[in-house]
Amino acid sequence: MKILMTGNEALARGAWEAGVRFASAYPGTPSTEILENLLTYDGIYAEWAPNEKVALEAACGAAVGGVRAVSAMKHVGVNVAADPLFTFAYTGVNAGMVLVTADEPGMHSSQNEQDNRNYAHMAKIPLLEPSNSQECLDMMKIAFVISEEFDTPVLIRTTTRVAHSKSLVTLSDRIEIEPKPYEKNVRKFLPIPAFAVGLRVKVEERMARLKEYSETTPLNYIEKGGKIGVITSGMCYNYAKEVFGEDATYLKLGFTKPRPNRLLDEFYKQVDPSKVYVIEENDPYLLDWVKRSGYSPIAIEPPYGEKTPDVLRAAIFGESNPEITVAVDDVPNRPPVLCAGCPHRGFFVEIAKRKNTVVAGDIGCYTLGFAPPFNAVDYVICMGSAFSAGHGTQVALDQAGADKRVVAVMGDSTFFHTGMNSLVEVLYNKSRVICVILDNRITGMTGQQEHPGTGKSAYGDPAPEIDIAAVCRALGAEHVTVINPNDLSQVKNALDEAYDREVASVIITRYPCVLKPMGEAEFEEFGKDLYKNKYEVNETACIGCKACIRVGCPAISMSNDRAIIDNACVGCSVCEQICPVKAIKIQ
Amino acid sequence: MTKSVLLVGVGGQGTILAGKILTMGLLAAGYDVKMSEIHGMSQRGGAVSTHVRFGDNVYSPVIEKGGADVLISFEQLEALRWISYLKPEGKAVVNSQAIYPTPVLSGAAAYPADILQRLENAIDVKVLDATEEAAKIGNPRGQNVLLVGAAVKLLGVEGVDWDEIIAKNVKPQFAEMNQKAFETGFALV
Repeated sequence: MKILMTGNEALARGAWEAGVRFASAYPGTPSTEILENLLTYDGIYAEWAPNEKVALEAACGAAVGGVRAVSAMKHVGVNVAADPLFTFAYTGVNAGMVLVTADEPGMHSSQNEQDNRNYAHMAKIPLLEPSNSQECLDMMKIAFVISEEFDTPVLIRTTTRVAHSKSLVTLSDRIEIEPKPYEKNVRKFLPIPAFAVGLRVKVEERMARLKEYSETTPLNYIEKGGKIGVITSGMCYNYAKEVFGEDATYLKLGFTKPRPNRLLDEFYKQVDPSKVYVIEENDPYLLDWVKRSGYSPIAIEPPYGEKTPDVLRAAIFGESNPEITVAVDDVPNRPPVLCAGCPHRGFFVEIAKRKNTVVAGDIGCYTLGFAPPFNAVDYVICMGSAFSAGHGTQVALDQAGADKRVVAVMGDSTFFHTGMNSLVEVLYNKSRVICVILDNRITGMTGQQEHPGTGKSAYGDPAPEIDIAAVCRALGAEHVTVINPNDLSQVKNALDEAYDREVASVIITRYPCVLKPMGEAEFEEFGKDLYKNKYEVNETACIGCKACIRVGCPAISMSNDRAIIDNACVGCSVCEQICPVKAIKIQ
Repeated sequence: MTKSVLLVGVGGQGTILAGKILTMGLLAAGYDVKMSEIHGMSQRGGAVSTHVRFGDNVYSPVIEKGGADVLISFEQLEALRWISYLKPEGKAVVNSQAIYPTPVLSGAAAYPADILQRLENAIDVKVLDATEEAAKIGNPRGQNVLLVGAAVKLLGVEGVDWDEIIAKNVKPQFAEMNQKAFETGFALV
């Protein structure tokens, strides 16, 4: 039976069919749905880890312990997880272990465009690149066979369009695999220098055997067509087929570390060597290999962004499809915004008023605090960076004699991710940066995943709730304040107190994300009417001053010089507190 | 021959369910189908797009500029934003609903007043008030399935039991309302 699946759904299905028993991941677009789907299968234990490093470590440990294990993350997550990856590449596995990296050509939801195929090269591990959902499913199963046969972790690299596009998939049954016996073997699994030296040699022997595998595996093949040559992998294979159809002969590579040189030579014999295109997204990973192999292929410009068929046509033939003539220059942008009722709004309304302030931001919905009307966040580096980066900025500004205070802002899931280390840096080094944790009781931006602070497991079962305030105090923070961000006076007072201190303060704004599925715990803590109220504007009292418009709420707009609040309102009351003439009241 | 349908709108308008019902129907009609969506920050009230392609053997799941046979826009402004993806001879169905983006709400930008005229002058377009038409049937949220009905008519896809497809993809209590919405959309173009 054939069904439509996204690449992420197919990867999860493939893992289940391969007999995987352990899965650990941290959410990140476009990888999140892999673990979300794994949660739906019987026979697999799946979990959200607090970050990608510990997710991968847990999967490595499970593979050492004897069960097939998978970990999944977005491309920048692999940076966090690089440490275990590089050493597990030396020790190898007991049962198979596969890591999925979801890269983002075009940066739809990411801060950079790094090409994680380079990790396979650097860690010296095999690499698979599926081009559609069927290949996602099949390659996940093959990856476990490779992992166990060659005693290595395997990297599967998808891109946004593989991960989030749907195509037809044929399903099979699960292969039940009993846990392998665990046997202590320090020479293999304990890479002290004396043992690592031997493991290092084995890695080279393994890569030599994998090179031979790459030459013969059906994952790499020549698809015979015309004299034009196309060397490609992943989603780009589909784009190239769209542009060249039968006019080209394709070297379709599904297994791209190590890469097959004899097959490359055979391919070049079948095509016009002056008309060979290398079509790939992000880095010149295949291009450089083909060049090193002594050929002169044609690169596709520009070396960034997605290589969709229109981009290829423009780059290769200088052609574009006929266009419709209509004026579109005045089409206003539709940027993402904080939702109506978002509990981050109250904090940003207040911080935006502060003079002589630098706001160090982080990765999450609250990054939007940079945008109008708040214009509050100054910079963002990476997940968990706000406090430590803010500390560095505060020291630098103090050295320069600038009269500025740094306020560093991150979310609750981000705090557990790597923000805790960031706070240790601040407290240990006696920084005076003001640390704010916007605790909306869930992982918001990736779509409501549980985390160590929510009191629920990935399955929604009760789990130990790690108390953020208690963690901060235990780390040594003397001034920890927990406030309701929808009460602007609480936000103002907490900031006033923090600005008055010459040591670090921690402010925790605790209020659930408006999109979070609320349970009894939320109604008990935040009231039975949580997100059930609506506000309205008294038309005669409104003076049209637009103060409420400047809280950036999508539920508020102007009509005939008077503010109106539409049905999207969920009753956060921030606009009511802002209105200078008390024209906004609860319905 | 591969055909391409681009569904565009604003996060929260139901484009994802619309794309799902359309693809399930095309699948039932025996086509190879691919669909692509962009997730992530676009869910926060931003512009959203769903690409649907079908035929004997579909390669790219992404529609290229100037490559869509049919554009279904859930909101006026979004039709204009994505019009470069429509073939000059392509057809469009546009919901006349206007949803102001934040730069317009805050007064930093203006919402063009003549969007529908511009579209009517440039392309073969059917403008309908899908939100109002769906409200007449009982629920304005049925606008998404109503627009799917309109798209199916334009695509000329035949031999599909759309009532069954809809029933399988919505909660039982909303099946009848959505089936009516589909029929209404089909009849309106």
